[in-house]
Amino acid sequence: MIDLYNVIVLGFLLICAVATCLSRNLLVSVVIFMAYSLLMSIVWMLLQAPDLAITEAAVGAGVTSILFFITLKKIHAIKDEKGEQNESNE
Amino acid sequence: MNQMSKKISSLQERAKRWMMEDDNELDQSIAKSFDELSDHEQQDQHPEIFAKRESEIEAQLHDMREQEEQHYLRMHAWTVNRGSKWLDLIYRTLSILVCAFIVVFLLQTVIALPPFGAADAPYNNEVSQRYIESGVEETGAVNFVAGMILDYRAFDTFGESTVLFVAACSVLLLLKLHDHSPDNPSPTMIEAEFDDRHHEPKNDSILQFAARVLVPIILLLGIYIVLNGHISPGGGFSGGAVMGAGLILYLNAFGFKKTERFFTYKTFRWITFVSLMTYGLLKSYSFFMGANHLPSGIPLGTPGAILSAGLILPLNICVGLVVMCTMYAFYTLFRKGGF
Repeated sequence: MIDLYNVIVLGFLLICAVATCLSRNLLVSVVIFMAYSLLMSIVWMLLQAPDLAITEAAVGAGVTSILFFITLKKIHAIKDEKGEQNESNE
Repeated sequence: MNQMSKKISSLQERAKRWMMEDDNELDQSIAKSFDELSDHEQQDQHPEIFAKRESEIEAQLHDMREQEEQHYLRMHAWTVNRGSKWLDLIYRTLSILVCAFIVVFLLQTVIALPPFGAADAPYNNEVSQRYIESGVEETGAVNFVAGMILDYRAFDTFGESTVLFVAACSVLLLLKLHDHSPDNPSPTMIEAEFDDRHHEPKNDSILQFAARVLVPIILLLGIYIVLNGHISPGGGFSGGAVMGAGLILYLNAFGFKKTERFFTYKTFRWITFVSLMTYGLLKSYSFFMGANHLPSGIPLGTPGAILSAGLILPLNICVGLVVMCTMYAFYTLFRKGGF
């Protein structure tokens, strides 16, 4: 049973890793990367490394993704509806 | 008189071209013909010949410029049509080759590793045996990992904290907007402030409600992880990261006005400085005194109690504070370039 669970989690991990590279939208990439980090923290739990699991969840899924989001915003890779309207008006 | 001024202006032209590093054969030939022209003694007597000569030279110049431009356009077209394709092909092939090499290399390494948890794996040697057998006795920490990184190998952890601090310093150097007077901010500062306000919609009620509920829980969890670092999984780094994430969420929901009340650049500097100094002093003592521990007020105690494990608890708090400040500083610097 636990083997099946391992295989499922590892499969999703692989899917997330490939999808992060292949997705065209950078924002979607970062969100998938967050999912990857969360799955990775589950894998750490399964490998009996709870210390790493906590760190991975906080740093990988939390802080790193936020820094990515901010960078995307700074380079104007994220456009909200308001921003697009502003640009079309100008 | 006219002759002299022509000569001088021609010389000036040549000097200028030479300085602009634009002195090609064409220019040289033109300058030469101007020189010949000025050497011509009859030019004053025959202004029409002079004018004819001049217009000839100008026409020649025009032709050559045009030729050069066409040459350039042909080169440019080649770069766009053929060259970029070649470059693209080389780039693609190389990237695929490098990726394939790395994948094969890493997979080979993984295959060569001993199976997970095998009893005869090389990492099951006397060092880890010793840690497992007498770790609790010697460090007082129930959590082996904390005992290892903050007691047996605390100097390594000091290096890691310093690496984090150096990273924060380089981000500060790169991204911090310098502003010496807060009452009279510089234009870049005002622009950054405006940009931040423009990009970050404040007063989002959903976010604020979620933050009101979540931030205390996240901060408490972080503090718990830091303080229980020697008893349960976790420790300074993970707890600090959790606390930093909580602070970032708070800042996101309520803006800089609220966080400035308790966390400014000065706070960051002082907390980081004091924590790193405390850590450095506590641990360099045992480094320079031949691995003797500093006699701390906290005894090794009974394993499992919060006041046990000697220096591990204060060291954990130091690391946690440094990590929390660094995470928060990264966020603010990336977002606005200041606190």
